[in-house]
Amino acid sequence: MNVIETEGLSKRYGEQEILREISLSVPAGRIFGLIGPSGAGKSTLLRLLDLLEIQTGGKLRILGEDPLSPGSRFRLRRRMGMLHQKPVIFQRTVHENIAIGLKYRRESRDRIDSRVRDALHEIDLPGYSPRPARTLSGGEAQRVALARALVTDPEILFLDEPTANLDPPSTEKIEEIILRLNREKGMTIVLSTHDMLQGQRLAGSMGVLMAGRLTQVGNSLEIFQRPATEDIARFVRVENILKGLVIENREGEVTVDVSGKIFRAVAPMQPGMRVNLLFRSEDVTIDLAGSMKSSARNVFSGKIKQLVASRPVVQVVIDCGIDITALVTASSAEDLALSEGREVRVSVKATAIHVLPER
Amino acid sequence: MMAGEIVDGFIQAIQLIVTGNPEVMRITLLSLEISLTATLLSALISIPAGALLYYHEFFGKRVLVNILQTLYALPTVLAGLLLFLMISHQGPLGFLSLLYTPYGMVIAQMILVLPLITGLTFSTLNGIDPAMRPTVLSLGATKLQSIGTLILETRFGILAAVILGFGRAISEVGAAMIIGGNIRGYTRVLTTAISLETSVGDFALAIALGIILLGVAVLVNIVLNLIQSGSLVKNSWAS
Repeated sequence: MNVIETEGLSKRYGEQEILREISLSVPAGRIFGLIGPSGAGKSTLLRLLDLLEIQTGGKLRILGEDPLSPGSRFRLRRRMGMLHQKPVIFQRTVHENIAIGLKYRRESRDRIDSRVRDALHEIDLPGYSPRPARTLSGGEAQRVALARALVTDPEILFLDEPTANLDPPSTEKIEEIILRLNREKGMTIVLSTHDMLQGQRLAGSMGVLMAGRLTQVGNSLEIFQRPATEDIARFVRVENILKGLVIENREGEVTVDVSGKIFRAVAPMQPGMRVNLLFRSEDVTIDLAGSMKSSARNVFSGKIKQLVASRPVVQVVIDCGIDITALVTASSAEDLALSEGREVRVSVKATAIHVLPER
Repeated sequence: MMAGEIVDGFIQAIQLIVTGNPEVMRITLLSLEISLTATLLSALISIPAGALLYYHEFFGKRVLVNILQTLYALPTVLAGLLLFLMISHQGPLGFLSLLYTPYGMVIAQMILVLPLITGLTFSTLNGIDPAMRPTVLSLGATKLQSIGTLILETRFGILAAVILGFGRAISEVGAAMIIGGNIRGYTRVLTTAISLETSVGDFALAIALGIILLGVAVLVNIVLNLIQSGSLVKNSWAS
């Protein structure tokens, strides 16, 4: 069952269109990542889904209900939870902060106490109950805000850039909790992030939001390897984006001319078509000129133009007439004695190249 | 008046206070009774009114807020005059017989205090993190629960507004004089009594009442400072 379904969902503030025609479905029990640059409309979409705002166009169904039908908005809101990038912490104790949603629901004091205790345990802050919540560090405050959203057992949890302001250990802790909630309780989680790697770590499927449009939906591997547009390719940091012209197509294997260099790739495009060739730097291999033959179709010789080490990997830019970026481990860079100006051979498998028609 | 008279006046004033002079006590208690009543009743109306103002967008809201803020400085004599015209025997509300009664005085002080607490409640709520309202809704609050949470969250600011209101009520003389009429033992309060005793030359009583009034003002100020420094400390934790 899809717990979230939108069709042509739009939101505008006055003249400004923030979201355009978003059609999306999220099945129950899934972690769905919403990635995209800042200002793409991720937070607005989450606010629409959490029913904090009303769309200006299109349809929305949450947990099988239309939130616009009388009375259902408030009822549905109580079945969901949301965590913001910068959590709002009430000027009260940690206990009162976490308990607030249960108090709104008029739960008994005993139940509230035991739920809060469990929640504190879950976020690894046992014994924090009586502390004034405003004294917490950023990471602790975010965990308390997460616990506050969780004690009411939401069926859907929205996380808006949940770790954007946090240090790595706090981020790791939050991610661990998110994964556990999904695994153990089957909670549906919709998470926005501008950090694609976080999206990849947490989300089984992802949507890319660019300038208010949902431009691609798929599993994370698909989006990383086969971005649907050049913009997405840049956003997911596909380092090699080369413009070329299809000159031949033999049974699905295309030959593409990129500034005089011939690339082979697997694609349905017909000769004469302008295309972008996309491939990730980790799919490029380097060996020394004159060594053994490889099965790769695309082999070029060139000179190393730049080496950028960020351990344990080294990014190597090779000038083969066109610049090709490769990623190698630091140890293999040492083995090959890579240095600027050195002659090398680079190769890319035809199947690692994603071909997009140029717009 | 010679310096000696002033010193004598002070000494007698201290005696009046220390010995618990019944006239001084009666005036002080009545003053506190009227102004506290006016402030509490105003708070009961103004805090929800300020919250409503915060929660709703409507045409003319900006103007209304401006009017409220202007009324912070409404001259008390003018408030007294307007109310007098309403409740005097010829006035439209004359049948209520409120003129020259403590009830009338309470109403007069409420006219002064209502805009102050309403406006300050609104500004205080307006100053909170804009993300708080959606957070509270997202946590499943009904509208009423959400207003309650926000008021509780701004309790320091709102309490400060109430205390300021009390300060305005107890220290005003114009409306108390016009509406209360300074009737001994019935509507004579600290400010009107000081005014009268000064004019008839009983400086000792006037000074004694003045010291008490000043004491109340100081007390109000201390409480206000305690509240604000308390909230300042708590706010600094957040940053």
